[in-house]
Amino acid sequence: MRGKSLFQKMAAAPHIVWAVMFIVAPMLFVLYFAFTDESGKFSLSNISSLSGYSNVFILSIAFALIATVVCLLIGYPLAYFMSKTSPKMKKILMVLIMLPMWCNLLIRTYALMALLDNGGLLNTFLENIGLDKLYIVGSDFGVILGMVYDFLPYMVLPIFTAMTKLDHRYIEAAADLGCNPIKTMIKVIMPLTASGVISGITMVFVPSISTFYISQKLGAGKIDLIGDTIERLFKNTSTYGVGAAISLVMMILILISVWIMNKFSDDEGGIVI
Amino acid sequence: MKTFIKRTFIFSLVLLSLLLLTAVFSSCSKDESSDVTTLYVYNWGEYISDGSEGTLNVNKEFENWYYETYGKRVKVSYSTYSSNEDMYAKLSGGAVNYDVIVPSDYMIERLISEDMLAPLNYGNIPNIENILPEFYGEDAKYDYYDKGSIYSVPYFYGMIGIIYNTTMVDPDDEDIGSWSLMWDDDYKGNILQFNNSRDAFGTAQYYLGIDVNTDDIDEWRLALKKLLEQKDFVQGYVMDEIFNKMENGSAAIAAYYAGDFLAMYENNEDLEFFYPKEGTNLYVDAMCIPKTSHNKELAEMYINFMLSEEIAVANAEYTYYASPNRTVVENEEYIEYMSEIKEDAYEKMYGTDGVNATAYVNLTSQKLALVNELWEELKSNIDVSPTIYVICAVIVISIASLTVFFGVRKKIRNNY
Amino acid sequence: MKKFLSGGYIFLIFALLYAPIAVLIIFSFNDGGSLNEFTAFSFAWYKELFADEAAITALKNSLILAVLSSVIATVIGTFAALGLHHMKSKVIKGSIKSVTNIPMMNPDIVTGVSMMLLFVAVATFIKANNFMGFGTMLVAHTTFNLPYVLLSVAPRFTQLDKSLSEAAQDLGCTPSRAFFSVELPEIIPGIVSGLMLGFTMSLDDFVISHFVSSPNFQTLPLYVYNQTVHNVKFSMYALCALIVAIILVILLAVNFAGSISDRRSKSARKGGATK
Repeated sequence: MRGKSLFQKMAAAPHIVWAVMFIVAPMLFVLYFAFTDESGKFSLSNISSLSGYSNVFILSIAFALIATVVCLLIGYPLAYFMSKTSPKMKKILMVLIMLPMWCNLLIRTYALMALLDNGGLLNTFLENIGLDKLYIVGSDFGVILGMVYDFLPYMVLPIFTAMTKLDHRYIEAAADLGCNPIKTMIKVIMPLTASGVISGITMVFVPSISTFYISQKLGAGKIDLIGDTIERLFKNTSTYGVGAAISLVMMILILISVWIMNKFSDDEGGIVI
Repeated sequence: MKTFIKRTFIFSLVLLSLLLLTAVFSSCSKDESSDVTTLYVYNWGEYISDGSEGTLNVNKEFENWYYETYGKRVKVSYSTYSSNEDMYAKLSGGAVNYDVIVPSDYMIERLISEDMLAPLNYGNIPNIENILPEFYGEDAKYDYYDKGSIYSVPYFYGMIGIIYNTTMVDPDDEDIGSWSLMWDDDYKGNILQFNNSRDAFGTAQYYLGIDVNTDDIDEWRLALKKLLEQKDFVQGYVMDEIFNKMENGSAAIAAYYAGDFLAMYENNEDLEFFYPKEGTNLYVDAMCIPKTSHNKELAEMYINFMLSEEIAVANAEYTYYASPNRTVVENEEYIEYMSEIKEDAYEKMYGTDGVNATAYVNLTSQKLALVNELWEELKSNIDVSPTIYVICAVIVISIASLTVFFGVRKKIRNNY
Repeated sequence: MKKFLSGGYIFLIFALLYAPIAVLIIFSFNDGGSLNEFTAFSFAWYKELFADEAAITALKNSLILAVLSSVIATVIGTFAALGLHHMKSKVIKGSIKSVTNIPMMNPDIVTGVSMMLLFVAVATFIKANNFMGFGTMLVAHTTFNLPYVLLSVAPRFTQLDKSLSEAAQDLGCTPSRAFFSVELPEIIPGIVSGLMLGFTMSLDDFVISHFVSSPNFQTLPLYVYNQTVHNVKFSMYALCALIVAIILVILLAVNFAGSISDRRSKSARKGGATK
């Protein structure tokens, strides 16, 4: 085999330069701002001021966790039922589940808020039929609802794809071997669609934990998650140092959770049952 | 595979047509942009007559006027912010360039002290004579933030008051007329608070009778305590989102700027308004030119244009804020217009001599850092229902036990 | 019964998923500016939208940015995939790949913040006060498009038959010529899907743009955001309705065209079999 030509050797060079300038350097700046004070000297004051945000972190993790689990509980059966429909129907449902994903998150979140607001259409309707108003906007429930509503398609799509790829002979074989439908579900379908579940979980958890628009709209600025805090520190109070420290911690947090998720999925066939 | 190629083909067609469209677009704009100067204006949201719903488009008017007068094209690039602090963050971050900004009094003071504003050349602003003597000149008392108006020309002024919905708040409620209405937990979930530190702390300070510019740290802490207490029953912290929320009855009580009340009233006549008896904030928003501006002369022309009668009246009729401009205040048509909106609208905006009001003063940088810290403390103090934690605990425990269960089972199986 | 239940479940979830969007679209035709009662059908808000220069400019900016950033990312990414394919050292290869994936793994807000810090620092360093804008947006969008391009192009290279390129070179092609005439046609589907992904990601991005933009260069999502933090004008609903409609048309076109060609090739095969 001949040696590599200059062209082949240099082909990746622009990319490497780009990656160093615009991926590595920004990360270094996050580190720099997180560990220096305003005069540019090394300092741990930004990191130590994080203790004031511990409940924000706990809350964000809790919200994202609940939203992810709810998405899974709603999305898994949905994907299963969708995969059972006729091929033509599958195609239509596929478009219907992809449309919200392509449609901007801001639009969907705002639409949801406009519908659920205390004076919105839902509450006007409830009032007209003599029921009590539902105070959803500005509550913790509202924020979780917003996350579930916005990110459900991200859960459904990968599971649905895994379901449609599923070899139906396995299910038949399981039935032949005397499995009842529930046992087939647990023993065959679930393990075989685990990879879809894993990517669904990642695709819901990461945006949920870092969102700020959903909590701004459905939490009415009252429930501040990590994303809101970062956004405020950079765009309102211009305290870059603390903002960078929080971003750093969040980044590490996400990397750990993604690593855990990958650990699960590397475990041959996902959650082996 | 074939489907995929077909799909990619279709998509590339779509992409190609979009590309063509872009090319057409950009070529359209190119022959203009070659010798067009752009003027970057950064203003509060809802603070200019923008041509919506049949109003006068002031920026368009300026572009036309400039073309007619000088035969050259300018383009006004107009963008908005929702609080002084947002504006400051954007401006101080560097990296962005504006020609005209419209901060409030205390923020102007801060910008001056940090040497971020350029002194104005009044030779380019002859319309300054339209400004009332209270706001400009030797006898001015409302130029406290910029003595002698070296850096700024007043745009609008006003006071903060409380807006409430008469269908949701009992009109005989004895809290009406006082800041205590904002702390009345009968209206839990229906109260809106400012989403910027200075105004939010201001409400608590006026309510408690504390000086809003106090140097005493404990007094700021006291205000924070009051705000934390209020956090339990406010619906949220918002800025201009308040318009939609008050108009459609999503909230019953909110403190906001007086002019905006009339804009909301126009869409919902159930709303009422008062200036709290404990005292409230008086603010002047003024036009300034940042030091970094590349088109100072053009910016001054823009400021001058905003002071001319027709434009100032259009802006005043759009925003409903009190104008410091003589040609507006004395304009018969404008007075008539205001009374058509609401009988006592003119009175509410201009007859404020009896209202006990003070202005915010710029704080020292240490004080500012402290206020920011307290604001962070307020925002990060979140009260969640325990159910959230219970649900979370259940989820974590079940995930953990499932993992352990299957792990153990797998191990046992592997041992065989 | 079972079928009915599962159908009902699907219907229920989709109805909930679409209810807010449907309300938004219906009320964009509402003559009176209210979300609570529908007074009369009218196109007034659409007229107002098309008269709104800021919205049109934002659309234009969005398209320019999406096209440019996805094309640049595709070019850089494709060459990178080629270079990585011919790279021997596994360590370097792996580290380049994982660095590239950072913007994809990271939450958008962290990517946005880190980019903003870089740009602000550079701007202060070179004392440029109009640094943010189209340029910074283009850099940011290209950067977050790169991993998607690499992800869709790199597998195509591994599927390539290595002997093809070698044969071409034996027949006298230079390596670059061999790449353009032999390898490139083979990896075109990967390139196109990378371009597609990048284009849609860029068009859809709000969070990263929020941090690296200046108000002087607004894209459509930024315009929508700006609307929703102020007094929302109903022309925004018209805009949202239009966006949803356009996306629906594109999605249907892509999927439907696929199914037609499927059927055609299937029926052609069937026809051939019976004859």
